[in-house]
Amino acid sequence: MNASTGTTADSSVTNETRNGTIDPKEAAHFGKLAAEWWDPKGESAMLHRLNPVRLAYIRDAIDHHWPDAGAARKPLAGKRAIDVGCGAGLLTEPLARLGAEVTGLDAAAENITAAADHAAAMGLYIDYRHRDIETLEGESFDLVTSMEVIEHVTDPATFIAALERALAPGGLMVLSTPNRTTMSWIMLVEAAERLGQVPRGTHDWDKFLTPEELTAHLQAAGLHVIDTRGIAWDPLQGLHLSDSLALNYLMTVVRG
Amino acid sequence: MTETQHSDILIMGAGPAGLALALALARSGMSVRVVDRISPERLADPEFDGRASALASTSWQMLQNLGLADALWRDACPIDRIAVSDGLRKGGLDFDAGVDGMGVMMPNSLLRAALFEAASADADIDLVMGADVAARTIDAHRATITLDDGRAFSASLLVGAEGRVSPTRDLAGITLGRWSYHQRGIVTAVTLEKPHKNTAFEIFYPDGPVAILPLNDDDDGRPMASIVWTVPEGKADAWVSLSDRAFGAALTKMSGGFLGAITPVAPRSNWPLTLCQASAMVAPRIALVGDSAHIIHPIAGQGLNLGLRDVAALAQVLGEGARLGLDPGDLAQLKRYQDWRMLDNAMMAAATDVLNRLYGLPGSAPSLVRRLGMQIVGRTGLIRRFIIDEARGASGDLPDLLMASD
Ligand SMILES: Cc1cc2nc3c(=O)[nH]c(=O)nc-3n(C[C@H](O)[C@H](O)[C@H](O)COP(=O)(O)OP(=O)(O)OC[C@H]3O[C@@H](n4cnc5c(N)ncnc54)[C@H](O)[C@@H]3O)c2cc1C
Repeated sequence: MNASTGTTADSSVTNETRNGTIDPKEAAHFGKLAAEWWDPKGESAMLHRLNPVRLAYIRDAIDHHWPDAGAARKPLAGKRAIDVGCGAGLLTEPLARLGAEVTGLDAAAENITAAADHAAAMGLYIDYRHRDIETLEGESFDLVTSMEVIEHVTDPATFIAALERALAPGGLMVLSTPNRTTMSWIMLVEAAERLGQVPRGTHDWDKFLTPEELTAHLQAAGLHVIDTRGIAWDPLQGLHLSDSLALNYLMTVVRG
Repeated sequence: MTETQHSDILIMGAGPAGLALALALARSGMSVRVVDRISPERLADPEFDGRASALASTSWQMLQNLGLADALWRDACPIDRIAVSDGLRKGGLDFDAGVDGMGVMMPNSLLRAALFEAASADADIDLVMGADVAARTIDAHRATITLDDGRAFSASLLVGAEGRVSPTRDLAGITLGRWSYHQRGIVTAVTLEKPHKNTAFEIFYPDGPVAILPLNDDDDGRPMASIVWTVPEGKADAWVSLSDRAFGAALTKMSGGFLGAITPVAPRSNWPLTLCQASAMVAPRIALVGDSAHIIHPIAGQGLNLGLRDVAALAQVLGEGARLGLDPGDLAQLKRYQDWRMLDNAMMAAATDVLNRLYGLPGSAPSLVRRLGMQIVGRTGLIRRFIIDEARGASGDLPDLLMASD
């Protein structure tokens, strides 16, 4: 992971020395997947199916939080957004299409390169940076998203404090993470990884947070959870929003 | 060469399917460009398309939802009844529409003109008419069209709406299953001596069916109708070159005289009748709508209705995707459109095919079977309901655009 600064046609990429809570082993694991990230049939198949489900949740949260903008075609127009742990930009690009001025952060340099190349080819402007949220200073964002990241960090409290610092006054935060249940162990760690739905080595079940644990961390950082929704799976509906938090859950968070 | 201009969606073909799609997508906030090889004048010329279409009530609802009611209602002739008969024998089927009607008849040239005008007035739609396409390419991120004057347009999704000959379909590598009926449809407009009372007549002869479809009165208050006369391939030229007087006399006789004398008032065109079904409706960064994806026998007047149902389904899928900021060319999303439409299109193709074959057999035994069949159909509430719903376009799982909003 060499630090180099480059700018592609549309999206900018910056690399910074890392000093955060992302486990370097984890970053290396995801970095290896970078090339495959945009292939809906490849290693990230599950992520491609998950994406519309969590986007539907985020869009509803946006419409609820900014009711006037919700009716508009580009509800995030004029707003700054940051996607923390953006991978190759699966969620970051939709935020840009919804009108936001978006920054994407990732701990794996390969991801940032893949993300920037893809955004440029799609004609989207996204400010991609290879760095950790903990080192970000003096910038704040109306929308902060971090999907499936907190279960990979070494110190959730420090990570959440950094997310809080990045949240602008009156801003909105949406997080998602797997729950630490028998169900998630069977479905995510055993079944999905073994069946090749999720790359091997993606999940370290011991690091998963329950909704109560995550809520406690958020409260300690002065944040307030206003909504929690599960993502469940069944053979008929596939992945879908659900009242069951057993597998994976999303949280809408504001300053307390 | 000028710089490539990008839009979310690039629609090839400014026919009714292409333009209705453009209007629907623009309403969901997408930027749309429509490219057609013909000029705007030609598009609205009755000589270019002298047909009239039966618009099912759901299609009519959709045009109203797209804001076209004011421009079109004056020319829309409501269909209150469909009368189906086996030649001029008794024992025909009669479908009354009931309160909500069976849709309207509308000359295609007026429909094309109204759609074009609405699309021209929409700031999110860019119309490129009289365009000659020199090159088409697709890569992982976009589709690009280059015109022979050097202009180039790219988009996240390319939609083929070019009608039966679709270079976009070919570009996608989608094959077309094609069966010829060895029949031609002779199309013209006529005046009638007696009022049609908003009835659509389908009269079946061994050579093929004659459809007499109600249109609004002409400026002199004479009742008008659109004719689709299905004839065997070999006889088509003879029928087309017949004098107006002889053609009118033949029609008057065919109709049994209950509409009085029938007088042709427009040039006669003749259309090949085929059953075509594309093997797929989507491919990476490509979707097909309307006749580019399927052509059916005009016996039930459903071709354009199917195309508009494609449009409503695709507009809904893309609109839902746009609400989430998804890439319009996202294949998983496009497949939802295909899954929604393929079955409906295939069922309609099969139904019209069976209808045409059933009535296409000469001889008195088949005729008796047919008459019995019609009576059975007439008595069986369920089948009757299906036929009426199918004519109204109200069967299956309907996209929002086809429904009245409260
Ligand atoms: C005799 C007959 C009677 C019918 N009656 C009925 C009826 O009563 N009710 C009904 O619902 N349907 C009816 N249909 C079917 C109906 O007319 C068609 O389904 C309908 O016109 C299809 O619309 P479309 O927009 O898909 O294609 P089209 O109307 O064919 O429009 C295609 C457009 O694409 C343009 N184009 C073509 N090639 C290119 C290219 N290479 N590049 C750029 N532009 C291109 C053309 O100029 C045209 O403007 C009938 C059909 C026939 C043959």
